[in-house]
Amino acid sequence: MLSYAARRIGLSALVAFGVVVLTFVIARVVPGDPAAGWAGPRAGPAERDRVRAELGLDLPLPQQIGGYLGGVLRGDWGISVRTHRPVLDDLLALLPNTLQLVLAGLLIGLLVGVPAGLVAARWAHRSPDLLVRTGAVLGGSVPVFWLALLMQMFFATRMGLLPVAGSYDPAVLAANPLVRITGMPLLDALLTGNLPMAASVFDHLVLPALVVAAYPVAVITRLVRAGVLDTLGETHVQMTRALGFPERTVLARFALRPNWNPVLQTCALIFGYSLVNSFLVEAIFAYPGLGGYAAASADVVDLPAIVGVTLLVALLYIAANLLVDLLQAALDPRMGLR
Amino acid sequence: MTTDRRPVTHTALAVCAGVFVLLAAAALAAPLLVPHPEHAGTATDSSARLLAPSATYWMGTDNLGRDVFSRVVYGLRTGPAIAVLVVSSAVVVGTAVGLVAGYFGGWVDEILMRLTDVFLAVPALLLALALAAVLPRGVVGLTIALALTWWPWYARLVRGEAASVAGRRHVEACRALGLGHCRIMLRHVLPGTTTPLLVQASTDIGGVILVASGLSFLGLGAQAPTADWGLMVQESQNHFATHWWVGTFPGLAIMGVAALSYLTGDALRDRLDPRSTSPRGRMPRRRPGTTEAG
Repeated sequence: MLSYAARRIGLSALVAFGVVVLTFVIARVVPGDPAAGWAGPRAGPAERDRVRAELGLDLPLPQQIGGYLGGVLRGDWGISVRTHRPVLDDLLALLPNTLQLVLAGLLIGLLVGVPAGLVAARWAHRSPDLLVRTGAVLGGSVPVFWLALLMQMFFATRMGLLPVAGSYDPAVLAANPLVRITGMPLLDALLTGNLPMAASVFDHLVLPALVVAAYPVAVITRLVRAGVLDTLGETHVQMTRALGFPERTVLARFALRPNWNPVLQTCALIFGYSLVNSFLVEAIFAYPGLGGYAAASADVVDLPAIVGVTLLVALLYIAANLLVDLLQAALDPRMGLR
Repeated sequence: MTTDRRPVTHTALAVCAGVFVLLAAAALAAPLLVPHPEHAGTATDSSARLLAPSATYWMGTDNLGRDVFSRVVYGLRTGPAIAVLVVSSAVVVGTAVGLVAGYFGGWVDEILMRLTDVFLAVPALLLALALAAVLPRGVVGLTIALALTWWPWYARLVRGEAASVAGRRHVEACRALGLGHCRIMLRHVLPGTTTPLLVQASTDIGGVILVASGLSFLGLGAQAPTADWGLMVQESQNHFATHWWVGTFPGLAIMGVAALSYLTGDALRDRLDPRSTSPRGRMPRRRPGTTEAG
């Protein structure tokens, strides 16, 4: 178990280092001459040389990478060209909002996907199954930005059921100031018993979270359906049937249990995917998060910011995978033996 | 109880393939099919702004008076065309890397696979976004960014298959006969990898279309006045609530083509790979930092 954990942590660190190098390549090597971009179009050759020396671009490449890695480790992720603030500060201020959105989507994915998969497996190849599978195919194929626009138009603009944009009502915040604990507005509001604010944040979260959930629901449904169908054929499950357990218990308790492991694994994958999917959703609901930041930065080619977002999301993704693997190893003793 | 095998899969595959061919034909014959081929380019019509769908304009017109139907059909030439190009180039590069890694094993394998791990540690849309931001704006930059994003998936896939085939008797026999590495890889190892590769590639076309249209939506892909579905949805954003048709039809087109590729992948798997019992579709396949071939 311990050696397995050590190996996984070491490997993750290696991949994380690789991602730092990759982002370095994207920032410094792909765009041609970053010094020219930094100095502006009207700069002469002398000016460019000065900038090059200032940015350390005249040093040998390994030394540049070393300097960059050192900066990343020290928390110096560069200054955003657009906001003129340290990139890491910008990112950490917005991250909790995005995490709140993604985790809400993942939660909906589990709450809807697992029962839907069970229903499909219970009535395999009959109409409930067909309905669920069609839904899963559509959920996996729908462009999220388009779904977001449709939901916004229908539920917010036309029917007025939910707010059109934003992440809370400023008037509510003014009346009920929020204490920052985790940084996630909904969690903080609930933890401090700030109910008006919690309600406002919740209202603003419903539509974006439902859109983000489309993909998790589709993937988890398919996974659970296929897994439960496979497991139903195994002897230990048939045994429970022979013992006279009701079908509901056979499915939800015995056939589902071996499938929690793959579902957990898939959650880490979906987390990474949804994190980036949420970028598109945030752009539409004017939801303050990493997405709007990334889109705005990409629009003006604000390299430190783009690279910062890429690095942060990749590190989160690696961490989520590591966490899932360690969790599995802790829950399932067989894992450590591999 | 593996009841997932049904004879309909043959029909399903035939239907999917048929629709695919039809769409390809429509893309090629677009100028002949649509009423307003000029609307796919710079032409606008200020007398026909934001008209609702009618017998003349099947899908209505946009804010520049362009026929949405014509632009949706022309859109087949950007999104799906980019996706086919991206997937085929990624398959070629990924297969080469994966074959070499799986066949030779050892430190070659180790280096190449750690490299793919790094690429796979960044979610596809984000890596493509970062690359598209630094590459020249437009369809070409977008295609390159996506191809650079997608090759590691195939490298990983082919590597796993190649490694298992490389240990088999017939490959050992080839080695004993003194055949060259290149020849063994191409003639005796590669064929064993084609089935999963084909299944994955047809599923991925939809994935690439989704990411490509997302980037175009953010302004990092196709540029106006190109008829691109993602860009069309973005252009419709300001009047979506009042003129639903402008953005709804391009979005439906994206969803339709993505679903088609998804179903084709499933049908191909059922048809070509009788061992598999669980259709998983567009599922993330492996996670960064895991050593086991997944």
